[in-house]
Amino acid sequence: MNLDIRLPIALLFSLIGTLLIAYGGWAGAPASGPAAGFNVDAWWGTCLLAFGLFMWWLARR
Amino acid sequence: MNGSLHLGAIDWSIMAAYFAFVLGVGFVLRRSVKTAEDFFLSGRSIPAWVAGLAFMSANLGAQEVIGMAASGAKYGMITSQFYWIGAIPAMVFLAIFMMPFYYGSRARSVPEYLRLRFDEKTRGFNAISFAIMTVVSSGISMYAMGLLLNLLLGWNFNVSMWSCAVIVLAYIFLGGLTSAIYNEVLQFFLIVAGFLPLVLLGLHDIGGWEGLRHGLVTVATAQGYAPGAFSESWRFLGSARSNPMGVEWFGMVMGLGFVLSFGYWCTDFLIVQRAMAAESMSAARRTPLIATLPKMLFPFLVILPGMIAIALAQRGVSGGLVIPAKPDGTLNFDLVIPVMLGHYFPNGLLGLGLTALIASFMSGMAGNVTAFNTVWTNDIYQPYLRSGASDAHYLWMGRIATVAGVVLSLLSAYLVAEFNNIMDVLQLVFAFINAPLFATFLLGMFWRRTNGHGAFVGLIAGTVAAAAHHGLTLPAHAVVGIKGGWIGVRHLYASEMAQNFWTAIFAWLACFLVTLFVSLATAAPVRVELAGLVYSATRRITPAVGEPWYFQPVPLGLLALAAVGVLNVCYW
Repeated sequence: MNLDIRLPIALLFSLIGTLLIAYGGWAGAPASGPAAGFNVDAWWGTCLLAFGLFMWWLARR
Repeated sequence: MNGSLHLGAIDWSIMAAYFAFVLGVGFVLRRSVKTAEDFFLSGRSIPAWVAGLAFMSANLGAQEVIGMAASGAKYGMITSQFYWIGAIPAMVFLAIFMMPFYYGSRARSVPEYLRLRFDEKTRGFNAISFAIMTVVSSGISMYAMGLLLNLLLGWNFNVSMWSCAVIVLAYIFLGGLTSAIYNEVLQFFLIVAGFLPLVLLGLHDIGGWEGLRHGLVTVATAQGYAPGAFSESWRFLGSARSNPMGVEWFGMVMGLGFVLSFGYWCTDFLIVQRAMAAESMSAARRTPLIATLPKMLFPFLVILPGMIAIALAQRGVSGGLVIPAKPDGTLNFDLVIPVMLGHYFPNGLLGLGLTALIASFMSGMAGNVTAFNTVWTNDIYQPYLRSGASDAHYLWMGRIATVAGVVLSLLSAYLVAEFNNIMDVLQLVFAFINAPLFATFLLGMFWRRTNGHGAFVGLIAGTVAAAAHHGLTLPAHAVVGIKGGWIGVRHLYASEMAQNFWTAIFAWLACFLVTLFVSLATAAPVRVELAGLVYSATRRITPAVGEPWYFQPVPLGLLALAAVGVLNVCYW
């Protein structure tokens, strides 16, 4: 098969991660509720972006 | 609860990104689909890790995700056994003992294996019943998805079903099984990405694992069980009355752990197809074993949210979480996941969580459609309608069957929407047909005296036994009818789950014994035709020179069993 699946995974997660980081940065941490004061979007976005980059590195090896 | 989740632009963007990728993968893969084998079996070229993740994800439709969380809220930690004893031993058995026959026989489907091993009528029975079941199951899950999205987001029922149907149709039409497999792997990672933060936030909120156990003690005692009944998975299986699921350990081990689990993981073509697409015998055998690792850890991802939800709801106002009630007053546990998503996730993560759910629905449907188009083309069209045509013709037929499969699924969805109790009847019938299957395969693969007459009559006997057992028994507090007892109530079970497990046990026994006796009473199969299909007529597979131990099925299988054993001890 000519498409290595690690590439779409890497791209999708890097994209979603970046979107979440950007939104989290813009919207700030939620003011109320269980996650108050903790910018979950930005944090999780960073984790996803890191995963995406890791997949990219694995595909390149 | 109509339209209770509010989505922002960020949520829509994440969803749009996912749909774009899913279609994009389909388009890119179009170039690699040149033969029928490419379309139906990915040209047998999928690496083990990809096939392994797809193997697990194919089973993980959104109904499963939502249903497991609901069961977690209803029954507690015992639910994990669906993923532990109810999956791991079967997956290990499939990898070590059955894969050599599935992959080595070069059968392109499970029914085709049955034709090679037994005869045409056994293949026909399995192919036709499977084709119908898989398309109708697809429709049932589309219906469930349409309802859920309508309830949560206020989306039009028809629009959501049709849009998802069109997207699934597009990417399978273009890229065949490979598209479906790639998207299943994508779905796997999305589910982890969408649900891991939910579990982390939920655990943090309730005070960690200790806080959760503490909360579950209140839930258990409030329902009249011993304090640990919701947080331990074996201790209270001594009797059906001492645990919320209403089963005792024997029914659990033999019904779920043996018959139902082996019947599903070892014979359901939707699952087995992913292993058949692997790039080599070694990869095919490693596929189910690779899948055992995420499988045994998944309870912590999908069942835990349900347990957290019930513990929080038990606290009342101070817990901050309410599980909505159904019109009859009982809690609607199916809404646990959406409620948890809405409670913990801000916009952004919310979009991710929803995308993960929709991805599960879509790949559940895709799994059914790829299984259908393969069984239709290879096991119904080719042998009974038009044999001897060119490869290109069958590839074309596969694409037509894909369209037909999606259309039939939609029709089933509308049928179920119109006659709601049909859904329960259909699922019951499917359970009757599936229950005896494993007995047939077990005897077929390991006893060369089993023949076509035995297999065929045994399957019918098993199905009838399942129906009869259901007709003669009833779960406590249930009304005679769809729940059972329609022949006459001879026995009461503590719960529906217990009745299910025992139906499976009786069906299996009936099939096993009938297959055995009918085979002995009729002519033995010709020995030379059995090569590669039965244990005693097949050369043992020796490991390739230089293959490391962690590539070999037996060590990996033992490792998987040990790991799940450790989990069972920890959560005893």
